[in-house]
Parts: sequence; C-alpha cells; structure tokens
Amino acid sequence: MDRWVIFWTDGLVFLLVCAVILLILRIRSKEHLRRPWRKVVTNKVGMVSAVVLGFFLLIGLADTIHFKPILDNSQQSQNTYSSEPISLFDWWVTPLRIREEKTYSAPFSWRLYAKENIVSADGSKIWGYPRLKYGAAHLADPSSERSTDLVKIGLLGAAKGLVLFAVVVAFLVAVRSWRTKAKFVSSLAEIYGNRSGVPWCAMFTTLLILLMGGYAIAELSFKYHVLGTDKVGQDVFYQSLKSIRTGMVIGTLTTLVMLPFALILGIFAGYYRGWVDDLIQYLYTTLNSIPGVLLIAASILVVQVYMSNHEEDFANIAIRADTRLLFLCMILGLTSWTGLCRLLRAETMKLREMEYVQAARALGVKNTSILSRHILPNVFHIVLISVVLDFSGLVLAEAVLSYVNIGVDPTTNSWGNMINGARLEMAREPIVWWSLAAAFLFMFALVLAANLFADGVRDAFDPRRAQ
Amino acid sequence: MGSYILRRILYAFPLLMGVNVLTFLLFFIVNTPDDMARMQLGQKHVTQEAIDKWKSERGYDMPLLWNDQETGGERLTETIFYKKSVGLFLFRFGRSDSGRNIGSDIRQRMWPSLAIAVPSLILGLLANISFAVMLVFFRTTYLEFWGVIGCVVLMSISALFYIISGQFLVGKLLQMVPISGYDTGLQAIKFIILPVLIGVASGIGAGTRWYRTLFLEEVEKDYVRTARAKGLTETRMLFTHVLRNAMIPILTGVVVVLPTLFMGSLITESFFSIPGLGSYTIDAISRQDFAIVRSMVFLGSVLYIFGLLLTDISYTLVDPRVRLS
Amino acid sequence: MDSFFSVKDLKTCFGRGESSVVAVDGVSFDIDHGKTFALVGESGSGKSVTALSALRLLPPNGRILQGSVLLDGVDLFEYPESQMCQVRGRRIAMIFQDPMTSLNPVMTIGRQISESLNIHASLDDSEVRRRVLDLMNQVEIPAAERRFDEFPHQMSGGQRQRVVIAIALASEPQLLIADEPTTALDVTVQAQILKLLVSIQKFNGMALWLITHDLGIVDEIADKIAVMRRGEIVEQASRDSFFASPQHPYSRKLFEVLPSMEDLHSGAEGSANPLLNVEDFKVYYPIRKGLFKRTVGYVKAVDQVSFSLQKGQTLALVGESGCGKTTLGKGLLHLIPNSGGIVRFDGHSLNDLAADEFRQVRSQMQLIFQDPFSSMNPRLLVGEIIEEGMRTLVTDMSQAERQDRVATLLEQVGLSADVRSRYPHEFSGGQRQRICIARALAVKPRLIVCDEPTSALDVSVQAQIIALLKDLQERDGLSYLFISHDLAVVAEMADYVAVMNQGCIVEMGNAEQVLRTPEQDYTSRLLEAVPKLNRGRAPLNL
Repeated sequence: MDRWVIFWTDGLVFLLVCAVILLILRIRSKEHLRRPWRKVVTNKVGMVSAVVLGFFLLIGLADTIHFKPILDNSQQSQNTYSSEPISLFDWWVTPLRIREEKTYSAPFSWRLYAKENIVSADGSKIWGYPRLKYGAAHLADPSSERSTDLVKIGLLGAAKGLVLFAVVVAFLVAVRSWRTKAKFVSSLAEIYGNRSGVPWCAMFTTLLILLMGGYAIAELSFKYHVLGTDKVGQDVFYQSLKSIRTGMVIGTLTTLVMLPFALILGIFAGYYRGWVDDLIQYLYTTLNSIPGVLLIAASILVVQVYMSNHEEDFANIAIRADTRLLFLCMILGLTSWTGLCRLLRAETMKLREMEYVQAARALGVKNTSILSRHILPNVFHIVLISVVLDFSGLVLAEAVLSYVNIGVDPTTNSWGNMINGARLEMAREPIVWWSLAAAFLFMFALVLAANLFADGVRDAFDPRRAQ
Repeated sequence: MGSYILRRILYAFPLLMGVNVLTFLLFFIVNTPDDMARMQLGQKHVTQEAIDKWKSERGYDMPLLWNDQETGGERLTETIFYKKSVGLFLFRFGRSDSGRNIGSDIRQRMWPSLAIAVPSLILGLLANISFAVMLVFFRTTYLEFWGVIGCVVLMSISALFYIISGQFLVGKLLQMVPISGYDTGLQAIKFIILPVLIGVASGIGAGTRWYRTLFLEEVEKDYVRTARAKGLTETRMLFTHVLRNAMIPILTGVVVVLPTLFMGSLITESFFSIPGLGSYTIDAISRQDFAIVRSMVFLGSVLYIFGLLLTDISYTLVDPRVRLS
Repeated sequence: MDSFFSVKDLKTCFGRGESSVVAVDGVSFDIDHGKTFALVGESGSGKSVTALSALRLLPPNGRILQGSVLLDGVDLFEYPESQMCQVRGRRIAMIFQDPMTSLNPVMTIGRQISESLNIHASLDDSEVRRRVLDLMNQVEIPAAERRFDEFPHQMSGGQRQRVVIAIALASEPQLLIADEPTTALDVTVQAQILKLLVSIQKFNGMALWLITHDLGIVDEIADKIAVMRRGEIVEQASRDSFFASPQHPYSRKLFEVLPSMEDLHSGAEGSANPLLNVEDFKVYYPIRKGLFKRTVGYVKAVDQVSFSLQKGQTLALVGESGCGKTTLGKGLLHLIPNSGGIVRFDGHSLNDLAADEFRQVRSQMQLIFQDPFSSMNPRLLVGEIIEEGMRTLVTDMSQAERQDRVATLLEQVGLSADVRSRYPHEFSGGQRQRICIARALAVKPRLIVCDEPTSALDVSVQAQIIALLKDLQERDGLSYLFISHDLAVVAEMADYVAVMNQGCIVEMGNAEQVLRTPEQDYTSRLLEAVPKLNRGRAPLNL
C-alpha cells in the first residue's frame, strides 16, 4: 500500500474543490442562481473553452494527489518508500518521466542534438550524432522508417481515441436518458439537435478532436519525445504537462487568499461608511501605491531570507518548493485584493441606498443580517466575474515573475521556468526552439480558453449587458 | 476648488507615511539586519564579527526604533527607522549595498526609461483608440465579432512571447534593428524602435477591448439617441459625441499612469538591455540589494500618489460637471 | 386626400428566434398637416416603439417586420440610411422623455442646438448663433445669451426640456414626435411645457404626434386620439367623439380610473389623543466648505415641521419633487438621522431612544416605497421577504405560525398563498406593490408611511392599490402618512392634507377644504397644474 502525502498546496486545492462542489449544489437548488448560469451554458464559444479547460483541470487535479510509492524491495519484510513523492499523474505517465536522455534532442528525433564521439561497432571513433536511448529506440533504421512509424502509431492512437470518445458519449447519453426517463435514441437525437440550447454538438466535436489528438500524441509520446528534450535530457512534453498544475494552483489559490480580504473589507467600507470607510480606503490606497512587482519581489526576498535562515524546517526539496509556491500564492493574494475591494465598496454603497435595504432596516433587521442576506448575495456576481477574469492574468504573471527569479522555485515545473531556462537557447547555433515553443503553446491554450470562458461568464452575469 | 486640491495634497502625507511604515515592516521586522547579513555572506560559516562588520558598513548597526544608548532627541534619530526610512522623505536615498550613490543613479537612469515609455504610451493610445473606434463602427457585424475574438487571442499571448519572438524575428532573421543595447542622444532611436513596437503590439489586445467597452457604454446612452434623431450620420455621431465623451475617462486613465512612466517597464528594459530604472530595479532584486529596492519602492509610491493627484486635477479641468458644480 | 404622414400596418419585434417579442402588431393611423395626434397607452403598450420604428431609431435587437411609413406619399422604409439622415431632424423631429439624459452632458447648450442647424444647412457662424438665440427665445429660455455657453447640469428640468424642444425645432420640421415630454417633470412645469408645445405648433403650422399615458393632458391638446394596448390600436377617433363616448371597453376603463374631485372627504375632528404628534421636526444637512471642511451652513431639507395624525386617518403630504416630503417620512422612521424636534407616538416620546429600544417601536411604524422593482431583494423568495420582519420584531411566533401568517397576509392583499415560493421578478408592478404591503402588515403596524406608492404604477393598477389600502385602513384601523406629488390620488385617499414646499408646511387642513378652497398661492398653483382635476366633467353615455 502506497503512503499518501499531502502537501500544503494539495490540501488547499482540495479545500477549494470541495467549496466549488458545495457551491454548485447550492446553485442547482436555487432558481435565481441557476438563471445566469443557464446563459453561460448556452454560449457556444464559452462552452467549447470549458471543454478545453476541463482537460487542463483533469491533468492538474491528477497531479495534485501525491504519494510515496513502494520501492521494489522484495527481500525486506518492511516496505520501504521512496523518498521522493510522486503524483497520480506522474504515475500515469511514468514512461515519460523516467526516460531521460543525455541532453538536447529535437522533437520526434532519434538522435541527440549535439555531436559527440561515438564508439561504433568496430571500435573506431566517429564524430557524429549519437542515437537516443529511448527516443525512437524501437526503429532499426530511423531515417527511413520514422515517417511511416509516426503515421502508423498516430492513426492507431487516433482510432483508440475515437473509441474512447464513443464510450464517453454513450455514457453521458445513457446518464441523461436515465435522468429524464427517456429512451436512449431520443436522448441522442435531442443532444444532436442542440435542443436544450446547450451547444452539445460543438462541445462533442471539441471533445472528439481533443480525445483523438490527445490519444494519438499519448501513444506517440511513449515511443518518441514528442516535444524533444531539454538540456538535461528531460522530456519537454512531460515538463509542459507538469507545469499545468503550477499554473492552475497559482490561478486558484491566490483567489482563495484574496477573497476574504476583498469581500469583508469592501462590504464593510461600503456599508458602514464613516471612519471604517476612511480607514479601509487609506489601507488600500497605501497598498496600491507600492508598485505591484516591487511589493511581490520584496515579499519574496523576505520569504527567501526567512527560508534560508530556517533551513531545518524544510526537509527536502519537494517541501521547500511547495512552500515557496504556497508563499507565492499568499503574497499574490495579499497584494491583489485591492481591485476587487474597490469594486465591492462601490457596489455596496449603491446597494445600501436600495429600497429593500431600507425596508429591512425599517423592519428592525440587524446590520450583520442585512450584510449577509441582502448585500452579500447581490454582490456575488461581481466576485464571480472578478475571480474568473483574474485567473488568466495570474497564469501569465507567473511566467513573468519566474523570469525575474521571484516566481516559483527553480525546481518546480512551470512554464515561467521553462521560458527562463530556454531563453538563452535561442542564441545557440543551431537553435533550440522546442522548450520555448512548448511553454508558450500550452500557456496560450490555457489562457485563451480561460479568457473565452470568462467572457461568457461575464456576459451572463453583468446586469448591464442583460437585456 | 483650490481647497479641494490642497486637501488632496495634504492627504498624500499620511499615505506616504503609511507606505514608509509598511516597507519598514517588510524589510526590517520580518527579517532582522542580522538575518540579512547572514544571507548575504553565506549561511553556514559566518562569524558574528563578519556580520557586525557588514552591518556597520551599511549603517544597519543601530537599533530598529528606539536607541537607549543615546540621549534626548538622538534616541529617535540614531535608529534604523529614522536614518533609512524617514530619510527617504527628503529623497535622501543613501548608498546601495554595493556602495553606489542611489540618487545619482536614479537621476541618470530615468531618461532611458522615459525614452521608451513615452513613445510606447502615445503610439499605444493611438493604435488602441483607432481599433476600438473601428470595432464600434462596425458593431453588430461579423467584422466586430471576429475583431473581438482577435483581441482576446492577442491578449492571451504572454508578453514574453512578443518580446522573445520579436527579438528573434527582427533581430536575427531580418536584422533590421539591433536587438538590445542603448546609446545616448539621437543614436538611441534605433535602439528604441523594437522595444516600443513590441510594447505597443503586446498591449493592443487588452487596450482595444477596454476602450471598446468604454465607447460602447457611451453609445448606449440616451443623448446618442437624441443625436441620431437630429439626423447625424453614424460617423459624425461617433466622433463628435461618443469619442469626445469617452475621452474623459480615457484621459484620466492615462494621466494616472503618467508619473509611473519614470519607473520603466521592468521586463522590457531587462530584455533589451536598456539602462533604465526598470532594469536597475530588476538587477537590485536579483542581487538582493535591499537599499535600492527600498528606494525604488518609495519612489514608485510617490509617483503613484502624484498620479492620483493629477487625476483629480484633470477631472476638475476636463469634466464640466465637476468644474462648475 | 392623402394625409401628410401615414403609418400602415406596422409590425416591430425585439429579439430573435424563440425569445422574440412582438412590440407593435399591425398599427395604422394618419396624421394631417398642422394637426395633433395623441397616442395614448400604458407602459409597455408599444407606443414609443411605434415612433422609434417610424424613424428607424430602434435599438440593435429591434427589427421592423413589415409595414410602411408614408411621408407625403413616399415610403420612408425604402430610403437608404443616408437619406434617412436627411429626413430625421429636417422633416420629422423627435423629443424624448428625460431631458437630463437626452442632452450631452459635456457639450454646451448652444453647441448642441447649433449642431441641429449645421447638419441640414450650411450657414456661417454668426448666422448660426443668431438663429440659435432666436430659437431659445422662442422656447422661452430666459437670458439666452448667457445660457448659450452653459451646460445641461446647470439648468433645471423644465429648462432642459425647452432646450430639447429648441433642438427639435431648429430645422423647422413638418412633424414633431413628442414621446412623454412631460412625464419626468414637476407638475407645475408640465403645464408650461404643454402650453409651449401647443403655441409653437400653432405658430409653425407643424403637425404634432404626442405620446403619453396620461389621458388627462390629451383633452385640451389633441385633434385625434388613438388608444394603444399590447401593440395594437384598440380605438381611434376624433377628440370630441372620443371624449363624448369611448367605444372600446379598455378606453372606458382608462376613463373610469381618472380620479375626480367628487368624493373628497374630511377627517374627524382632532382628538386629544393623536397617534402621531410631531413638533418642530428638523432634518438638516451640513454644508462643508474649505480646507478642513468646516460647516458653513445647512441645507434644510425638513425645516421645523409640525403636525398630528389621528388614529385610523390618512394625512396626505403633498408637494413637488425635492420639497422634503420623502425626507420627512424616512426621518420619522429613523432611516435618516434627524436634527431635532419632538416626536410622540401614541403618547410616548421617541426622542433619545437607544437603537435597541427604538427597534421595539419599529413594529408599529412601517414604510411602503415608491418603486416596486427595487423595494424587494431579487434573490429572496416572496415568502422569505414577508417573513423577515416577523423574525426580528415579533419574537413569540414559531416557524409554523409565521408560515401561516404569511399565507393569511397574501390572501388579505389579494394574492394567492402559493405566491410565496416564487421570486419577485415574476410579478407585475401592481402585484409587487401588494407584496410590499403584505410585508409591511406582517409586523402589525399601526402607522404606515406610504411614500408615493402608486407613482410608478399604471393608472388602472393605481386604482386597485388605492382601493386595497382603503380596505385595510377600514378593517384594521391603520393610519397612513400618505406622501405623493399626485393631487388626483391624494383626493381619493386623504382625510387631511398638508402641502410642503422647500422643507416647510405651507398649508394644512381638511382634504376638502385645502383642495377645494386653498388659502395659499402655492397650493392654488399646484391645483391648477393638474389637468385631470380641472376637467370636472365626467364623460356622458358611459
């Protein structure tokens, strides 16, 4: 039995997941909460992006469950655990993880990128490109066989993806027909015709493309290095996938830290006015005056000094990296609550003058009840829009911060670190472009999907845009 | 109105004091000067002497807030708080941890920062407003739909990508202008072309979208309906009414960032090796030079608060509803 | 002979596909040169949409499905947009309801009027200025020279509407469409603007298409009247025949709900034990100027007001907007801090009560608001809304008892009990106001302050709400402090009337006496400005 490990960030992410599930359950029970979400769900562009986001989410979540696997040690009676915890995702893509080469290699290549002294079969030394240990290792004559091999594996993978797609669709349709007590075929027809307004066709098409393409790439990645390898020979595709968790953790945990401050301070400032308002305004103006990057940099420096002076507390690399990620999220959260706070203060000031709030006061309702029953639910849409819009900004910010060395720990897999490391490779002869391209591509996909989805959410929830 | 401005100026002082206290807390309370010294000198094999020497070289060998060993007023003034934080108010930045005079460095390096930031702002403004006006003119057509999606796509691309690919394309492949570096006088122009263009390109997505939102808010207002009922064509209506009215929030949004232009863009300057205040700050952060980082934080705050003040003033000048009430 | 302006079978809808709503459904009418056509209907009947369709000024989600609009025999719908721009302002002009938002806030008045001239003619600057000043004089704006360079926010509502009219007249149009031109203005100003419109029309020989919900103002102005309901015209007739005998049942209903002065009543004599006794009540707002915001003076929103309210009676507080009546109502209920005065409720002084002690009194004094759309939390169920007061103020009821009472209250106000598990937005304005009344009744008050409870409602619904309020008063012995600017409604409800102007009560007494034989000038002016009451004659042959 493997021993489960929970990092700080893991725990918080699961807390967040639980909170979201509770929220979804609550939304489903209240009709007035369901209404705007129905609008979100019928937005074609938004829902296609949601499918893409779903994939990222799955990988990120799988990467958040950590455990220490048992080492293969059949002699001893007691199980020994490896000292480095791995995640569920790591375990799933083990081949990618452990197949490291010596140094750079191009995508789909069978040989290293740099020339070396190779000892050939007859003992003579040749100055050439050595074969890769793992990449395309199954091919006898790569230069001629590679293209057909790629096509073969690719098509096979796509076919498997198609089968998986059919299974998933059948499952979903079966669930739906069970819930609506209709026949399977009629449910299928209904979904195909987009009858309920939800763009199922577009979503399923996206799912199909993603599953087929994803499966094909997955199959290929077991035999080749799909995006090449980096300087120390680690598979770039693996690194990019691992970075998903980092990006998502930063995008979501920061919000977790930021929300309580922004909510409480914003609502209090708007409702109570007077000296409470003055104090809170002073607080966020002061905080805002300090240039954001500098504040984050200064805080990270402080954290670094603290961590280096308390080395004993951070036993191994994994814990140290995770703590740094946690601190980064906390710092980002503590420095970014002012924007939302201002919006909430303005909205609360408007709501305070609404007649139903005055009616509540005339009915003797206490202030705290007014805040929780009348004000809070009516500012929720602003919070939601803000949270969803900020996500993409945070993912992009991580890249920039890592470049300045005030982002995540260098040992953590993140797109920022990949860009940082790969920047100098552009100047190499011949040029090494795949690390950079991979990082940008993945980051772009996640941020674009998040932006389009966020737009859909904002269009549904913003009362001014509502007709 | 004069008293309003005066009141806003007076409000700046407690703000600056707050900033000062906050940065003091951040730099000196969480980690003591001893901790800082230990980190700079290496963790393990550091003697107390070395720490003391490091501290006295930089003026950290005093108590934080209250000096018992002195008498009278000096109990307050011979402290780190007074010497380091309060001195900033008089723009006495002191010396960096590597010994240079911070003040003169700042004075020298702010010009390159401005040389990049000001053209970027102006060109960016022109580009964004033009695209936004075009999108609004073609609203409810497919052109607008694809234009908005285009903006979102441009926005989703990291700024780093623009910089790196811009440098690669223009510098390596096309070799039209140098990739990095700087020169004085008019020679500087060929060095700032690329950073400015890239700065404008990376901001088009978000900027166009933001201005489009502002314009659309104005277009939906009642006075636009009155203007149409007068017989105004769509183009004239956009330019004489919508643009003019939307310029108020646009202008005040621009004014508030004007002072912070001095600080320079951290990323741009560092990628393009421009010797401005941005790269100054980044170098200080990587070298963990606390003195410089402290000074830049204070400078940034002063400029931001000045920007707030300018915004208030510009509102009273530009918006007749505020000016004449 | 062909009319000068004709609308034939116009159909307009909003939205697309399943959610499209037909706003105008086959409307036809004609307008002759120099005549006035009045299109009357309640809110949502489609009258404004008809006008916007004719000028092709619909918002982006509106579409004209079919029909034609003929101007001198030519169909305007055939025109390309560029030619339509020549028609708008030049041959057909339109003015809208709210003058504050209809004018560009950052452009001077002179510039906005000049723009109308510059679009359709090319004159040099001095000529333009001369014509603008002429126009401003024509619409009776005093000190035109000075006003030329002023901005809209520096003028009053009535003056702004005059500017709007000047803009419309600039190019001497043949038809002026006026969409509810006086609804957003004070009562006394309404009459002036209407008179202005009539005189200009006679002077210019222009046709006037008046859109309104108020049958009262149509009487003196219109030549032809059409009544619109749910997108269709239900009746069309000349003014005389319409007012003599309206044919359609809906038109008759509009007449029935016009309040008249016939049954004014006066209250009983003041007993020694009034329910509410107010002496020298003040609500002052400090004016702060200078560097340190010293208080240099006060805005006296409510200035030493004194009155008494007897049990089971209604005291109406009337006055124009801004006179302080709403401030007085809210101040009495401690929703706004007051600045002095003695308030006695049922003999007990309310001054110097701590917040908790005052909370005990709150159940006896409740408030009904003007806008039924913003007076309920959109996120709560109707049942929760009504129950809220009971949870805090009536502590000795169990959950089940409260639920029962909610059902009872809903039935008392004329709604069914299953309304309680729905949301406010599902109901119409009148139904929402009933829910608000139920909410106020839940805590068993003895005094209800009604702050313009019918102003935001359609005329036919107003009558129902007033009837309900009167029923409840009879049954439960409630006292009302009825705040309104609408003298016609006041005539229905009030036992006593107090007239307020700029924070002070200028006249107070029995309803009959104040409304029939006012003593003060200001009261007389208020009464004159209400056309409905002046009509006096009921239609024959009902």
